[in-house]
Amino acid sequence: MKIAVLIKRVPDTASVFAINPDQKSVATDKLKFVMSPYDEHAVEEAIKLKEANGADVVVVSLGPDSAKEVMRTALAMGADEGLLVTGAGTDSLTSKGVAEALAAAVKSIGAELVFAGKQAVDDDASQVAERVAELLEMAHASVVTKFELNGGTAVVNREIEGGSYTLELPLPAVITIEKGINTPRYPTLPNIMKAKKKPIAEKSLADLGLSAEALAPGVVLESLSLPRQNRRNHIIDGDTPARVNELIRLLKEEEKAL
Amino acid sequence: MKLTPEHEEIRRTVIKFVENEINPYVEEWEEAEIFPAHELFRKLGNLGMLGITKPEAYGGLGLDYSYQAVMNEALGHAHCGGVPMAIGVQTDMATPSLARFGSDELRARFLAPTIAGEAVACIGVSETGAGSDVASIKTYAVKDGGDYIVNGGKMWITNGVQGDWICLLCNTAHDGKPHTNKSIICVPLMEDGKRFPGVTVERKLKKMGMRSSDTAELHFEDVRVPQSYRIGDEGAGFMYQMLQFQEERMYSALSATPGMLNAIQETIAYTGQREAFGQPILHNQVVHYRLAELLTEVECLRALTWKAVEMHVNGEDCTILASMAKLKSGRLAREVADSCLQYWGGMGFMEETHISRFFRDGRLGSIGGGADEVMLGIICKLMGTLPTRRKPA
Repeated sequence: MKIAVLIKRVPDTASVFAINPDQKSVATDKLKFVMSPYDEHAVEEAIKLKEANGADVVVVSLGPDSAKEVMRTALAMGADEGLLVTGAGTDSLTSKGVAEALAAAVKSIGAELVFAGKQAVDDDASQVAERVAELLEMAHASVVTKFELNGGTAVVNREIEGGSYTLELPLPAVITIEKGINTPRYPTLPNIMKAKKKPIAEKSLADLGLSAEALAPGVVLESLSLPRQNRRNHIIDGDTPARVNELIRLLKEEEKAL
Repeated sequence: MKLTPEHEEIRRTVIKFVENEINPYVEEWEEAEIFPAHELFRKLGNLGMLGITKPEAYGGLGLDYSYQAVMNEALGHAHCGGVPMAIGVQTDMATPSLARFGSDELRARFLAPTIAGEAVACIGVSETGAGSDVASIKTYAVKDGGDYIVNGGKMWITNGVQGDWICLLCNTAHDGKPHTNKSIICVPLMEDGKRFPGVTVERKLKKMGMRSSDTAELHFEDVRVPQSYRIGDEGAGFMYQMLQFQEERMYSALSATPGMLNAIQETIAYTGQREAFGQPILHNQVVHYRLAELLTEVECLRALTWKAVEMHVNGEDCTILASMAKLKSGRLAREVADSCLQYWGGMGFMEETHISRFFRDGRLGSIGGGADEVMLGIICKLMGTLPTRRKPA
């Protein structure tokens, strides 16, 4: 059985963020990058399944060459090979385009089971894995906290407010993983060295029979801004009615909170 | 030195380990003045972190020193010096001679469990009467049948309270030739869960810094070990120890730099928001210039240290550069800690801040593993400027 795990290299959420002067992109030079934490759980779940039942685990990512960094981590954890969708046209895709490219990549591998983190912690869109399921006409369950394989059926738990669902899905299926499901292992140093020999294949959009134009975003990014951080102190003088009036005026006119 | 993606992956793994398995417990371990070495070393052993340069036959990875150097640097991300130091003893101070010159039997007996993290190792050089002056040690071993009988004591022994064995430098000849009368013997400190006969842990020492690491004074009274526990040749102990010191000294320099960088970053953050006289403290030119100067010095140290590592990896003699790196790191750790702490004002004097612990822990850098003055002596000797001592008439 082949298992594909969709992983993404994202900025560590502890990094200090800055927006480039164009107000349309994040300044990346001072960011520390990691594998999106939910994806680590997805990789761990795939490796556990491989250890229990035997499987080929292929990690799939889309991005620049640097995305290989997190793919190597996954290979060192125990995945068998990597497939990176990269090159012209891959840097400007939105969730829709990324999903189409990754769906084509998953299809090219012939994976019966697809794991992914429940969302990537950079844009938190929670779109890609679900779209991949739709595009490949696979069954799908999201935010899964327990996974078992029972013959050709996946039995999963989804946490909901005050309880949980148990769902059965026929394979092939796409499962997105919540963090409580397992504890991702540290790559051992021997496995880090062994991962050196594991292949990471590269494919362009053209290799997958796609074109940048066809994947053109349906969403246009207007501008990015950081949450407002500056705290301003107003000390309002006067008697109580005057102060209340002034407070209302400030909230309305300056803070635009009312 | 050019590092590979595997080096970077090891760095990431070690930093992650430090952040998850060490840092959350540092306060508790500093308070207890000991950390659970067997538990932590077992975890490190399972990840293959305790035998990076050691032979594969004994569970090591057989990689060159650059990989160990990356790990040592990454260990510096710990919020204390004590735990990384204890790990450094295991990997870079107590085991290089054994791995290099020990017999197969000896390596199977002592090295394999140390790499696996089942045994905790100590290095026994310093004594109450001899620290940096290694040639003057008094602990001695005499032959009795096929055994050695060891008598004496060792001082300031890291991991000494919970250690399982010690890589012991002692005199095995009594001819007054201090450079050729010494041997290194692996002496068990524990056996089957009990103290090895004749070994006493005299004291768990109270220290100014490095508090999470246990430090002992050990006493040996008629401790009997087989002569096969000697590493390599009789009389070669001093030379082996001098070789082993290169790794120890590079360890010191490598593991010290992240703490320095962290102290500078934390000081920037603190002084950037702490105001005095109507502006952030950081806005005073004396402060931001000083921090810039310190960062420059740290980068110089890193360049020097990695040059020493590169020479060592290439099989060249790195003694002069390793000694310079050790000297510079000891001095710079003090300089960075003192300068940064000053800008923290009253908060810097509080135990709860990292900077005060860094100040206390960092002070050992100029003392342990050969004091600054010994490093200067070695550098002078290699420069050809050390005057020879006149023999008394």
